[in-house]
Amino acid sequence: MDCLLGIVGKDFVLTATDTSAARSITVMKKTEDKSRNLNKHIIMLYAGEPGDTVHFAEYVQRNVRFYEIKNGIELTPEAASKFTRRELANSLRSRKPYSVNLLLAGYNVKTEVPQLYWIDYLGSSVEIPFGAHGYGAYYCLSIMDRYHHPELTLDEAKVLIKKCIDELKTRFTMNLADFKIKVSDKDGIREITV
Amino acid sequence: MARRYDSRTTIFSPEGRLYQVEYAMEAISHAGTALGILATDGIVIAAEKKVTSKLLEQTASSEKVYLLNDNVICGVAGMTADANILINYARQAAQQYLFTFNEEIPVEQLVQKLCDLKQGYTQYGGLRPFGVSFIYAGHDAHFGFQLYHSDPSGNYGGWKATCIGANNASAKSLLKQDYKDEITLKEAKELAVKVLSKTMDSTTLSSEKLEFATLNLNDEGKVLYHLYKPEEIDTLLKEHNLGGTNESEEK
Repeated sequence: MDCLLGIVGKDFVLTATDTSAARSITVMKKTEDKSRNLNKHIIMLYAGEPGDTVHFAEYVQRNVRFYEIKNGIELTPEAASKFTRRELANSLRSRKPYSVNLLLAGYNVKTEVPQLYWIDYLGSSVEIPFGAHGYGAYYCLSIMDRYHHPELTLDEAKVLIKKCIDELKTRFTMNLADFKIKVSDKDGIREITV
Repeated sequence: MARRYDSRTTIFSPEGRLYQVEYAMEAISHAGTALGILATDGIVIAAEKKVTSKLLEQTASSEKVYLLNDNVICGVAGMTADANILINYARQAAQQYLFTFNEEIPVEQLVQKLCDLKQGYTQYGGLRPFGVSFIYAGHDAHFGFQLYHSDPSGNYGGWKATCIGANNASAKSLLKQDYKDEITLKEAKELAVKVLSKTMDSTTLSSEKLEFATLNLNDEGKVLYHLYKPEEIDTLLKEHNLGGTNESEEK
């Protein structure tokens, strides 16, 4: 079961996803990237129905890119999340809705504020300081509750995410392989190790 | 010779011109003047009303200046009925953007939407172009205060100060002389009424003949649109000794 994690720090957002792609009893791949970069500062993590996930994520990615080329300006994380939510809400009332849960993490360069949005397949969206999708939420939210604070530095965030990953390795039944960890801040998106 | 090529919008003439579009612009050059001036801390739009009468209910309707959304206003020159259609379209487009992105539409994007519509009427459908030019004044977080002008062909440009309608050429040259890049809103208001007074047909200005609006930010950084009431226009005119009463006492 896919695990998506996100944490907002004082001037960055940190995201983590497991990298295991499995169907039933077989693990097909242990190095899957369950995210798409929407633009220079926004990462979208996805989980849910196989096929729907990548299809929807790339649809949003292409639309965000189109907006930027057409209008010459970057979409803010808030605007991108509202657009994404609107698409999921419309999909819900169609013949076959997308079954995709998302975490949208971004850095707003105009206001210099990092933001994280939790969006689910029913089209609910909420801005959060930290959050998770999937079974991982049951284990990690309490750890994030305990150690998160608004002025979190990158080093503190790395320690926190490692605590979450270690907990999952200890207590979660599935072997979740490695985690891919990304950071978005004023300089853009980069992958890091903890 | 031109007669053969001007009855349908959707054909070029041998010289490569679209006569219907040009005739539309000719119609606008007979309409009441509207001008816009971009200042460092706001924008002014001032316009001359063509339909003036003591019987007209001034507070009820606007003829020249309209609100498009929370951060954009526009001034109109040309056929009012055509303008109403386009303004309604622009208002809907702005709300559609708000519906999708939950933020106000950037000014240039709203201008482009209108211009794309206007261009359509010069290329297909067999319908005549809209006989309206607009001056758009707006503010957004990306580029601050902006002033744009669009015409029936669907072209648009960003301006520091511009003018449409009757006598727009002489108004533009006056603006060119007196405009400076660091102009404040207060100075821009003065410049607007001065230029209008020189280019309008009538001898004195009064609030009956003018529509006047400003766009600026309030103390909390929100966009403030102020459409001047007739008394406020009179006060402004008196301040700069340009009339301001129905009886012509001065100048």
